[in-house]
Parts: sequence; structure tokens; C-alpha cells
Amino acid sequence: MSYIPNTQQDQQIMLEKLGISSLEDLLTPVPENVRLRRALDLPPALAEPDLKRLLYGMAAKNKNLVSTISFLGAGTYDHAVPSLVPHLQRRSEFVTSYTPYQPEVSQGMLQAIYEFQTMVCQITGLDIANASLYDGATAMIEAVLLAIGPGGRGEVVISMGVDPQYRRVLHTYAHTRGFSVKEVPVRDGVTSIEDLDAAVNTSTSAVIIQQPNFFGCIENMRAIEPIAHKGKAVFITTITEPASLGVLASPGEYGADIAVGELMSFGNTMSYGGPALGFMSARNKFMRLMPGRLVGQTVEEGDQKQTGYVLTLQTREQHIRRERATSNICTNQSLLAVGATIYLAALGKQGFRELGELCLQKAHYAFRQISAIPGYKATFGAPFFNEFVITAPVSAQKLQQHVEQAGIIGGYALVNSYSDMPNDILFCVTETRTKEDIDYLVNVLRDFDSSHLSEARRESGVGGMDIREVQV
Amino acid sequence: MSIESLIFEKGAPGRRAATMTAMDVPAESLESMIPESMLRKDPAALPEVSEIEIVRHYTHLSQRNFGVDTGFYPLGSCTMKYNPKLNEDMAVLPGFAHIHPLQPDSTVQGAIQLIYELEQYLSEISGMTRVTLQPSAGAHGELTGLMLIKAHHESNGQGHRNLVLIPDNAHGTNPASATLADYKSVEVKTDPLTGGIDIEHLKAVLDSNAANIAAIMMTNPNTLGLFDSNILEIATLVHEVGGQLYYDGANANAVLGITRPGDMGFDVVHFNLHKTCSTPHGGGGPGAGPIGVKEHLVPFLPGPLPALGDNGYYWAEQGPQSIGKVRANNGNFGVLVRAYTYIRTYGPDGLLHVAQSAILNANYIKHELATDYEIAYPQICQHEFVATAERQKEEYGVTALDIAKRILDFGMYAPTIYFPLIVHEALMIEPTETETRETLDYFVSVMRQIAEEARTNPEIVKSAPHTTPVGRLDQALAARKPNLRWAPGQEVTH
Repeated sequence: MSYIPNTQQDQQIMLEKLGISSLEDLLTPVPENVRLRRALDLPPALAEPDLKRLLYGMAAKNKNLVSTISFLGAGTYDHAVPSLVPHLQRRSEFVTSYTPYQPEVSQGMLQAIYEFQTMVCQITGLDIANASLYDGATAMIEAVLLAIGPGGRGEVVISMGVDPQYRRVLHTYAHTRGFSVKEVPVRDGVTSIEDLDAAVNTSTSAVIIQQPNFFGCIENMRAIEPIAHKGKAVFITTITEPASLGVLASPGEYGADIAVGELMSFGNTMSYGGPALGFMSARNKFMRLMPGRLVGQTVEEGDQKQTGYVLTLQTREQHIRRERATSNICTNQSLLAVGATIYLAALGKQGFRELGELCLQKAHYAFRQISAIPGYKATFGAPFFNEFVITAPVSAQKLQQHVEQAGIIGGYALVNSYSDMPNDILFCVTETRTKEDIDYLVNVLRDFDSSHLSEARRESGVGGMDIREVQV
Repeated sequence: MSIESLIFEKGAPGRRAATMTAMDVPAESLESMIPESMLRKDPAALPEVSEIEIVRHYTHLSQRNFGVDTGFYPLGSCTMKYNPKLNEDMAVLPGFAHIHPLQPDSTVQGAIQLIYELEQYLSEISGMTRVTLQPSAGAHGELTGLMLIKAHHESNGQGHRNLVLIPDNAHGTNPASATLADYKSVEVKTDPLTGGIDIEHLKAVLDSNAANIAAIMMTNPNTLGLFDSNILEIATLVHEVGGQLYYDGANANAVLGITRPGDMGFDVVHFNLHKTCSTPHGGGGPGAGPIGVKEHLVPFLPGPLPALGDNGYYWAEQGPQSIGKVRANNGNFGVLVRAYTYIRTYGPDGLLHVAQSAILNANYIKHELATDYEIAYPQICQHEFVATAERQKEEYGVTALDIAKRILDFGMYAPTIYFPLIVHEALMIEPTETETRETLDYFVSVMRQIAEEARTNPEIVKSAPHTTPVGRLDQALAARKPNLRWAPGQEVTH
């Protein structure tokens, strides 16, 4: 099967106009010594019905979260998407368009992105936002690069409460760009204020804190902000769970300079982690340093003066500024931004707050139930939003096998990221979990065979533990 | 067409669309769970609109947007081919769309299998040893590739190499990525006769900087649509001084089954799956920019990589030489599902026919336009070519921009203009393989009509477009007084 409409006869007519006899004649610029004179070693073509059967089969091998109860978050969150969102987002005029280089025929996408930029500002409480970045981790990198400046080196101070994957990416870029990274330990679930204070000095370019942090705990941003700002550093906050902004103080309110993070869970599917939706929102003073596309409102040339939207401040960008661009980003995540925009319009002012409250209440209910099971303990005492860490009586991996056998996907075993947390599990409860789901999880955890419980009582104390080791 | 007001200007207080799930757990007061100082004081001022208002609003916006499904989209170097509906349906299957990136491997066997097999297909298509599917887009792939090259040089005690050679017709992302990788770009000139790299200039640059050359970044066929037939000589020259060859895969649609970057001597290649493999551009993204490498660079690849063992598919962590992760999770999986479906749709013979047909369509338009427009390089092109409006500008004051805007009046998108930078008044045209002969003929007839208008009625071209939702917009005003967001009280000019 094929999407090439021209038949052999069509192509023959075209070749005749060109005065040549075969398609092969058009390949003469490719020298014989680099020609592939065999067929590619690929599976043969499949007709649509056969290919569908194949892919249905592959998809069915995956345990999907429509039919499986899951308490997995850790950077990727399951929020209910109203049906109107995909119906509108997948309109093919949006889906099949390119970056809006010709604004006269791209007003739909440009206006949608302008609305996206506005809504990002509304939820973060900051002044400006760009048109999207690849994902939360690379958005954080772009913020760091903005902070250290072109050719800059400097030092970046980052809390170990920031998503371990984000920190891995930061180390990758730090090596390439030659800036240094100082990691600040977490104490009782939140960034150690004393260690942060000791880490930040006049040569610090950026201070990065995640809110809520990777353990679900809420950082005391009002105490952190003056430390982050005591030198010349840019105070960057990363947000992986934007539903938190319905109830928690916004970056604008607690004095962050730049907010970056992940909006995939708003109106889009988690799709095994990508495509994701990185965002960047900042104070006005960073406008001309922003990476990526920016859409601006303007008017028509001439006398009509009707309002319209264009890509603007493009002299920051790679296609104009080349090696002096503020970033190399070209393709971004526009279609996901459209999804998030429609989603936030659908929730609206009231729904956005309700979303945050639902997550908060359900997670706290789950926390109260689980931490009351004999043998299970709250690991940290800090306030949290919709994720919390529980220290299990056995290794997290062993417990997770048990939970999986009960047909659900449990939380995230923190030992995968923090080697000194063998028994600790990060549970996430969004609004998509019902009381029934939560009670089922609680029963599964409670019913865990008592012989397992006696086998490996955790010896170390809980609460107040320091986290300094990380596997990257 | 009248203006569509912003979503913020619609609705009324108390109006809403989404209904929230029930609060089915015993609720406690917010303050008992979170200290008051941590709570939000100023609620997000999101719109208050009903479902019907939202549906009409975004439907109207979509109607004010032009896509491949609307009409011909000859945007050079962007490969705006048809985006198959089948691919869209496959990507949203619950087993692909609703899986969490941190699920245990045993619960996502189909997903890892798809990634594992797609890596094999892309390795074969590019002639490379292994491919990482992690990078999110072409530019992200470029940066990842340069990181690999840097790690390779460092492991050989050659960390001082700091120069990346980039032809003067290269995509802007190339030098921008080089800067981001802490490299310095050195421009290599184009031979005005062949349109390929000026070999003498390349030799001179290599001679004077031999010890510091990290890599050369090339697109082949290049942005002029020309295949550089000296590629093996270039590869030898660069390798001789210890440099690596990077292949920008933006134009890979032209080489499928015909030649492979690996066989041309390249060490690293990126793909733009949103170009070559038909995944939609989505108004700017998402894309996917997988990176393929030769054997000597495999240890440096970002991890983890998919593997197949006795217990099925799993993610294998990379060794200590790996550059590390370049993003969270394992790539733009939803895009990868579409690319996988595309490759399986065509098979080996089909992909070859894709490239051949794209090349034929480009040469056909080039041939037909040659009477009315200057063609920057008249020889046989590959998937695209560059026409110019130099004649129209000189004789009638009609520019490439004017012509691009006038094309919009005929229900088609415009070519890429003013790129590559080395061609004045460039109109870079890439028809792709998915257009009918009638569409190509219609485009040619429109271009001829515009050339005629430039002669007889240049004003109609200079004041175009005339039939679009808005006319030409004031770009200077947008940059001088940036308005990047709506704010309450902001008036919109109707």
C-alpha cells in the first residue's frame, strides 16, 4: 500500500516532459560508489488491515492505564481529559500544519499558542511564557543556559529533591557546556535550608528547586527565595505536577524568576513519556533571552489594522541568529500546547482549583489509610500535595511484585533513583483514582503475606533521614 | 473573514465546561494539610466558558489554519508530505497512548518491542550500527550527536578539538547546536558551479586547523537540493585530520533505499521522523530526532537502550562512557509509533519508490518553472530545488516574499523563502512524493500566473495576500512593542 498518488503512467508523462526515460536517470548525481545496490533489509510492506492487526497485538501486550489501576506518578501524571479536548486538538488543520511561518494562513495555530502563553502565565503567576519546549527536563536546561548566559560557565545549585531524571539530563549538559553542578541534600523530604544556604554564593548562576519536589513534599519557598536571591543567581522552579498550582502558591507569588516544567498531563496522553510538553514562564526582564518560539499580537499593515498574531522576537532564534541564537530549538511541542490550552479552558478558573483540591484530598486520604497499616510508615513529615513516600516493611521491589499480582500498578520504588531508600515507595493519587481504588490498594498492602513482613524489618529509623546518595 | 476573539474575551463568570469527578473521600480542611503560607492566594485567572463556546472557538481557529490536509505545502526542507490517518489511529490505541514511562518492563513488552524494532529499521535505512530514539526533534538530535562526538574525542585525548565545519548553506540549527555543544562554527563555502562543498576551500580550512577539527556537519542532498557527489572524498579529508562526519537528516527523504549516510562515510546521523517518516508537524511539533552512530560511538550513546533477553524485551542501561540522558524518559514514543507504522506500510521497495517519486516531482516542477524563474542551480536536483525571484525583483520590484504571499491566495502554502542564505530571493520548493500530477501542474500554473502578474500588474503581487483571514501583519510593531499574552482590559482591534 502506498500514499503516492501518481501512477506509473503519470510518472511516465512527467519523465517525458523532462526528456528522460526512467527514474534512474534522476539519480545520476549519486555516485555509484555510494549507491545501495540492494533492497533495504526491512520487513515487506503490509496492507492497512494487516498492519492494524499487528499493531493491535503489540499494543495489547502493554498494560494500559485505562483498564489498570495505577498509583504511579514520579514526574508523569494521569489526569482525566474531557472528550472535547482530543476532538478539537486533532482537527487536521492543526495537526498537519508546520511552524506558522506564513501568519496569514496560520492564525489559528498562532492564536492558540498566544492563548497557551497567556494561560501558562495565569497558572504560574509570572509575566511571560514561550510557545513550548520538548519536555520538563530540557525546559529546565534551557532555563539554566539562559541563567549562565552565552559562553558562560558558572555554577548551578540544584536540590536533590528535583526529579532524578532531570538531574541526569543536567549533568549531561553540564559536561558538554562546562558548567558545574552542586547538589543540595534533602532532609525529612525537603531541601535542607542550611545546606542550600551554604551552597549558594556570589558565583552561583542558578538555583533550582522543584515544587512539589520529587518526593511529593512541598518546599518552603518563602524560606528558600531569599537564599536563592542572596547573590546574583536566577531562581528557577521546576514543576512536574502542574495540578498543584490549583492550590499551592504560584511561582509568581513566592518570587521565582523562571518556572519550567511539564504540562503533558494537561489534555494530552502520557504515551510512555512522550511527546511531552515542556514549558517556560519568566519575569518580563528575560523576554529577549527566552529560548524557542514566541507568539505576539500585532495588527495588519496598511489601513485595515485588524488584529493578528505572528511569531515574534525571532532575532533570538537559530534560523536568524545561527551560532549566536539563544537556543538551537526549532521544532517544539505546539500540538500538545493546543491540547493543554483547550484543557485549561475546559477546566476554567473554578475547575482548575477543584482539580488541585481533588488530588490533594484523595492523596491525603490514601496517605492516612496506608500509614495506618501496621508495618507501613510515613517516611517524611513534610506537607505534601498528591504524592507521598511510604516506608514499607519489606523491599519496595518485593512489595511491588505482590501489588502487581493483585492487578494494579503500585507506586515508584525509590531505590531506582536513591540507593539508600530500599523500602521506600512513592505513591501518587490523582483525581482519577476513586475511593474504591484506594481502598483496594490499602487492602492489598495490608494483606501482604505476614511471613514476608517478618523477614526484613527495616532497621534504620524513619523520618528525618538525609538523602545524599543518588544513582545517576 | 472576521476576527476570532480570544477565549479570554468569551464566556461569563460561573460558566464552565468540564465536570470534575466526585469527591468520594472524607474531605479535610486545606489548612489542616498545608500551612496557609504555602497556599495559593490569587487564583489562576483562567477563562470561564461553556463547552459549546470552547468547541466553536477552537473549531473556528482550526478553520483559520492551513495544513497539508487543506492543500499543497511546498515548504522546502520541511518535507510536508501527507500524514496518514492510519498512523494517527495507531498512536492513540490505549496500549500505546495510556502507558506510563516508569511502568515495569514486563508490563510494556509491546512498547519496548516497537522501539527495539524501529531502531533496527532506522539502523538499516541509515547504514549505522545503533540508533537512540531519545532525542525529541532534529535540533535535539544534532546536539546529542555533537555530544557523542565530543565524548569520542575526549576519550582519545583529543578534547581540545573545538571546531565544527558547517557549509554556508546549512540549516540554522547546525551552528546553533554547535554553539550549544561548546564548539565554534567554521563556515565552509559552496562551490558555485556544483552547488556542493568547495573542495579547495575545505582543504584550506582543514590544513590550517587540522589539530582542532572536531567534526563537519553536512546535509546530503544539501539545502540546494543537490547531492554532493564528492562526499567520499570529503569524508576521507575530514577523517584524515581526525574529524567526525555528522549527517543532518532533514533531507533524508531523498535517499531512502538509494544511498545511506553510513555508506557515504558519516559517523553520526539524525533523522527527522516528522519529515521523512510522515509524522505530522502539529503546527510546530512534536517531532522526533533519533540519532544513529557507527560502532566506535556506540558506548557514548545516551541510555538506556532497548534489548531482547530470555525474559523478553527490557531497557539496558548504558556503560560508564555514556553521555547520559538528554531528556526525561525514552523519547517521543507517540511519534515513534507513527514512524513505525509508516515504515511497515511501505517496506523496502515502497521506501525506495518514496524517494524516487519525491525526486521526480521536484525535478518536474523545476523544469516547468525554468522559463519564468531563475533556478539557482539548473542541474538535476533531488527532493527539492531553489528557484529565485531575482529577475522579478530586478525588473518589477516583486520580491520572493511578495510571491510567497501571492501563492497563499491560490489555496496553497508558500515555499521556504530567503533560505538557503547564499541564494538571493530564494524560493525553496519541496513538493514531496504525496502530491498528484494535477496538483503539481496547478502549482506551476499559479507560479506562471504570478510571474505574469509581476510583469503586468505588480501591485497585485506586492499587496498580496488578498483572500486570507488577515492581510500582511506588522512584524516590526510586534517586535518593537511585544505583546506576548492577553491581560484583562486589553482591547482587541476588530
